[in-house]
Amino acid sequence: MGTTDKQVGKAGRNKPSLTRDQFMQAYHDMLLIRRFEEKAGQLYGMSLIGGFCHLYIGQEAVVTGVQMCLRDGDKIITSYRDHGQMLAAGMEPRGVMAELTGRATGYSHGKGGSMHMFSREKNFYGGHGIVGAQVSLGIGLAFANKYRGTDEVSVAYFGDGAANQGQVYESFNLAALHKLPCVFVLENNLYGMGTSVERASAWHEFYKNGEPWGIPGRQVDGMDVAAVHEAAAEAVAHCRAGKGPYLLEMMTYRYRGHSMSDPAKYRKREEVENVRKHHDPIEHVKHILLDAGVEETALKAMDTEIKAIVNDAADFAQTSPEPDPSELFTDVVLEA
Amino acid sequence: MATEILMPALSPTMTEGKLSRWVKKEGDTVSGGDILAEIETDKATMEVEAIEDGVLGRILVPEGTENVAVNTPIAILVAEGEAVPDQAGKAPPATTAPATPAAVQPAPVTNAAAPQAQETFVSHEDKDWGPTQEITVREALRDAMAAELRRDADVFLLGEEVAEYQGAYKISQGLLQEFGEKRVIDMPITEHGFTGMAVGAALTGLKPIVEFMTMNFAMQAIDHIINSAAKTLYMSGGQMGCPIVFRGPNGAASRVGAQHSQCYGSWYAHVPGLKVVAPWSAADAKGLLRAAIRDPNPVVVLENEILYGHKFPCPVDEDFILPIGKAKIERPGKDVTIVAFSIAVGIALEAAQTLAEEGIEAEVINLRSLRPLDTATIVESVRKTGRLVTVEEGWPFAGIGSEVAMQVIEHAFDWLDAPPARVAGEDVPMPFAANLEKLALPQPEHVIKAVRGLI
Repeated sequence: MGTTDKQVGKAGRNKPSLTRDQFMQAYHDMLLIRRFEEKAGQLYGMSLIGGFCHLYIGQEAVVTGVQMCLRDGDKIITSYRDHGQMLAAGMEPRGVMAELTGRATGYSHGKGGSMHMFSREKNFYGGHGIVGAQVSLGIGLAFANKYRGTDEVSVAYFGDGAANQGQVYESFNLAALHKLPCVFVLENNLYGMGTSVERASAWHEFYKNGEPWGIPGRQVDGMDVAAVHEAAAEAVAHCRAGKGPYLLEMMTYRYRGHSMSDPAKYRKREEVENVRKHHDPIEHVKHILLDAGVEETALKAMDTEIKAIVNDAADFAQTSPEPDPSELFTDVVLEA
Repeated sequence: MATEILMPALSPTMTEGKLSRWVKKEGDTVSGGDILAEIETDKATMEVEAIEDGVLGRILVPEGTENVAVNTPIAILVAEGEAVPDQAGKAPPATTAPATPAAVQPAPVTNAAAPQAQETFVSHEDKDWGPTQEITVREALRDAMAAELRRDADVFLLGEEVAEYQGAYKISQGLLQEFGEKRVIDMPITEHGFTGMAVGAALTGLKPIVEFMTMNFAMQAIDHIINSAAKTLYMSGGQMGCPIVFRGPNGAASRVGAQHSQCYGSWYAHVPGLKVVAPWSAADAKGLLRAAIRDPNPVVVLENEILYGHKFPCPVDEDFILPIGKAKIERPGKDVTIVAFSIAVGIALEAAQTLAEEGIEAEVINLRSLRPLDTATIVESVRKTGRLVTVEEGWPFAGIGSEVAMQVIEHAFDWLDAPPARVAGEDVPMPFAANLEKLALPQPEHVIKAVRGLI
């Protein structure tokens, strides 16, 4: 693997495209995640968010492109870098931010935090803090789809850091064996915490990792929302048709540290700057929109509107009450 | 006539305490058992109960008073319509008669350092399910699954060799034939993966039964049992429950060595969000497994391979089911309480039989559930017998016996006539040699010796 310049922004095999409206929507959705995460970083810095906080900045095109291919009833599950997935799934910025600050109005009433949020309504199944666990759980979501006889699919996101966990391969086998409608989305941001892929894995072509079980795989430019959309559409259609699982390796990059407490000693500032300058997924779409004749003022207005949503979420998250002490003992078990 | 209510002692060493709160006020009519006041020491908070009917005539010690000596009159109880005597409560306790020490009962407290007891320690009789029939534990488990598979289309069974092979220990015999391959599903040897898959399915509301060929292999999957199944309801603020059963043979089988002979009772019972049951008889097995499958929470069912072939009478009633969290008194007695679960119940009963021939009447409690633990039945029994012996096959350190003993210390300390005793498996990995294996496991003689040591 040498520099990330070669990896990030690696082109997909087709010349994918979206309509202007789709690009506008994608721009909006990615910008919401970016602004939300920037605000979360600020609140963390002000000690308003405690514990772990893993930001999604830089990877926005992945969830945005995949989500555009899903429909109601499709299920999503991911790791602890989960804020982007939640916003993409349609969860309220207020409820997500209030969970980050540990307030009663958060999605988990303040009992889950950044890494553990769920929404039954939006079919978002978390938010899991154990690396790789969400992949086995994810095929369980797909199993449920199949058991119930629906054509719904499940999407299990995981990172390059989880790619060599044993249960991921157990899950590949089970999903292929039972033809489970599961799209595995491997977000390769080149670093598992502070260890680069080349230092962690003897094998780097992760998109081929399902091949022994006959799981089709594709490597995708995860900084290009149109490329993500095109590949995800193929994968989702494959699963929906009952042909079993599909693996997508999204080549992407996170701008911030692994978590807020990351000293960032394992990569050079220039590397990050290079990706930001040349491969930013939001800037990329912005240029497409401007080329297509969209007024810059319209994009600015959208940004202003999104900033207002995020500021409102931050205010809400700071002014909401902490959970009542009695909540300590609720939700441990359900009444039989 | 007027009765003085005295400051009670919470333990043999207590000399004084704080009267923290009056629950009743002067003029209130009270009946025996009503809570009058709360008192506390640095160790505990307790409630003072009225021991007879009457009217709370006068409060002698206002709430908030610290350092109230034990046996100080704190109130005067009078009969309905009776006046409070003028001198009442003014004379020193030694000269007041008749004085009635108040009955005490543990009060709910939230401080982790203090005893916790919301239970009123009244156990309930088992429901009578009518006629029984002798069946094996194996048949009971299969019948329980078959009944629930028939009852609820969301229930399915998965595990290694559960379908075509008919169960590694023949527990799932006939289920594939009746319910088909959609609902009785063979899994490859990949516990971590298929347990995670089952938990994921349960998070959507399906009700999987995961069979582990033995619970030893569930260690490969324990992350999903604890981190994914037990904690998600809490982490999701109550949105996402996980109705799932993890079951399989637990503890020592026979001559299978260290890696296949371990009791996981205290491992799983440690975890909030899980329920844990450990059946002994066929009735336990059938009733508890049905309850586990219907329970909306993750339930670990710890079976025992040696018991699979044992026959017990089991109710034939089609609706037969047992409550989780309720122990059973298998044999009543007055001299000592023996608490056991799973195969150790048989050991305890055998010991009790021998002890009876010596004139010692042991009360044998079959826990049935390890979490929630039926503390009420245990405490009520120890308050009667004054002695406790726990029996389990697992290791002693931080075992179920330790927890049972601690519950008794917290809630029945003043009733104990001897320190609680534990009988457990020896603190070694299970040896293979027949003689060593026998030495490593609890035997009735160990129980008899422990009981004799207390009496």
